[in-house]
Amino acid sequence: MIQAFGKYMVMLYSIFLKPEKFSIYWKRFVDEIIQLGLKSLFIVILMSGFMGAVLVIQTASVIESAWIPDYTVGFTVKQSMLLEFCPTIISLILAGKVGSNIASELGTMRVTEQIDALEVMGVNSVGYLIGPKIIASLFIFPIVIMYSMFFGFLGGGLVCFFTEIIPVEQYVEGIRSFSEENFGYVRYALIKTSVFAFLITSISSYFGYFLKGGALEVGKASTKAVVYSSVFILIANYILTQLILI
Amino acid sequence: MITVKHISKSFSDVQILKDISFVFETGKTNLIIGKSGSGKSVLTKCMVGLYEPDHGDILFDDRNLSELKPKERKQLRREIGMLFQASALFDSLSVEENVAFPIKMFTKMSKEEIDERVNFCLNRVDIINKNQLYPSELSGGMQKRVAIARAIAMQPKYLFCDEPNSGLDPVTAIVIDELIQEITEEYNMTTIVITHDMNSVLEIGENIMFIDQGENKWTGSKNEILDVKVKELHDFIYVSKFLQQMKK
Repeated sequence: MIQAFGKYMVMLYSIFLKPEKFSIYWKRFVDEIIQLGLKSLFIVILMSGFMGAVLVIQTASVIESAWIPDYTVGFTVKQSMLLEFCPTIISLILAGKVGSNIASELGTMRVTEQIDALEVMGVNSVGYLIGPKIIASLFIFPIVIMYSMFFGFLGGGLVCFFTEIIPVEQYVEGIRSFSEENFGYVRYALIKTSVFAFLITSISSYFGYFLKGGALEVGKASTKAVVYSSVFILIANYILTQLILI
Repeated sequence: MITVKHISKSFSDVQILKDISFVFETGKTNLIIGKSGSGKSVLTKCMVGLYEPDHGDILFDDRNLSELKPKERKQLRREIGMLFQASALFDSLSVEENVAFPIKMFTKMSKEEIDERVNFCLNRVDIINKNQLYPSELSGGMQKRVAIARAIAMQPKYLFCDEPNSGLDPVTAIVIDELIQEITEEYNMTTIVITHDMNSVLEIGENIMFIDQGENKWTGSKNEILDVKVKELHDFIYVSKFLQQMKK
């Protein structure tokens, strides 16, 4: 355990060594933004839209009291989406999609000696392969989460529009309510997302980069990457909530 | 010239290399031969700096690998080309990008100069009009040739080839062996080939070291190897009935 943590820290240190050629690292960074972020956008938008829609229906169906105004539905959806669904649940989904992708990519490179080839050439393989992934995820995941927020709200709004479960104006009022606090919630969500982005990419990279064995181990590394990333997301989620919200 | 002096290496309690010494000569194809698990690849990985030996010295001409600072070691690695057993071409890059990779990473050549160098290297290994293909679209023999092109792209002084003809048919294997020998003579490199293929040994073995259970048991050339008296090497060479009958 301690040895694994040590290797993880050494890996992180190696990322910050001076790059051999900045222009090549920049190209890798742009590629990773596309790979990790933009290629995940569709699933994130789809899930967020439907989740927003479902949240509206569920909330509206349990609030039956005439004393509770309709805009409460919009308010509840906003709170759920901003505080938990967008940063945490979407990050868990990204851990599954992106984490397994990273671990299997690096694991395959290890098995087929591509990482050794980089090392023999004199390239800092950690910096070249993992550095751009971590930096790209720190940059693009918060943007992806902002898309998630927008499409979550939009999904809820479309349900209101088509089913008239509550008036759209009331839903929008709920979304906009206590607007002075919204900025703080968004900031909280983005801080959480940045931490989760780091955890997903660095943990998954660790399992792929230090893989030993063959094709079977690549599969195992992918599974471990997803499981460990998810567990650490949940732990970090609790710690960050305690630190920031209370 | 690469000189290894008294190299030992262990993993956990298992000693893989035991006091190995040898001189790999410049302008010659130097072979490390031995059975699977004899320590050939570990020795090579020690020589290219992927593993640290427990004892001993590795001298690249007059530079002692263990005494080099990280920056000097990085510089030395740029003088090394390596052909891996599974070619180790980067899957996500095309043939052209694979060969251009070390040039782009370590030189300030213009795009035109890089293209010229890449095409020269690919032509040298007879890969024509395949620049835009990806490694998965090439045959095993072609992948090896592209890997050789990438290995020589930076005009290395030292070329390491880890079982260059494993997984290839005998004809392609000989083509790859001959290509390595030609390139070695052409660029006056110190080439080290790891193999357990006797065809390669008899084709290109100018300076051979036989390793058995981590020990250097014999050194010589292809002209001497068939008359060898060392039991382990004799058993290694004459393992097939065909060769046993040939000897009789």
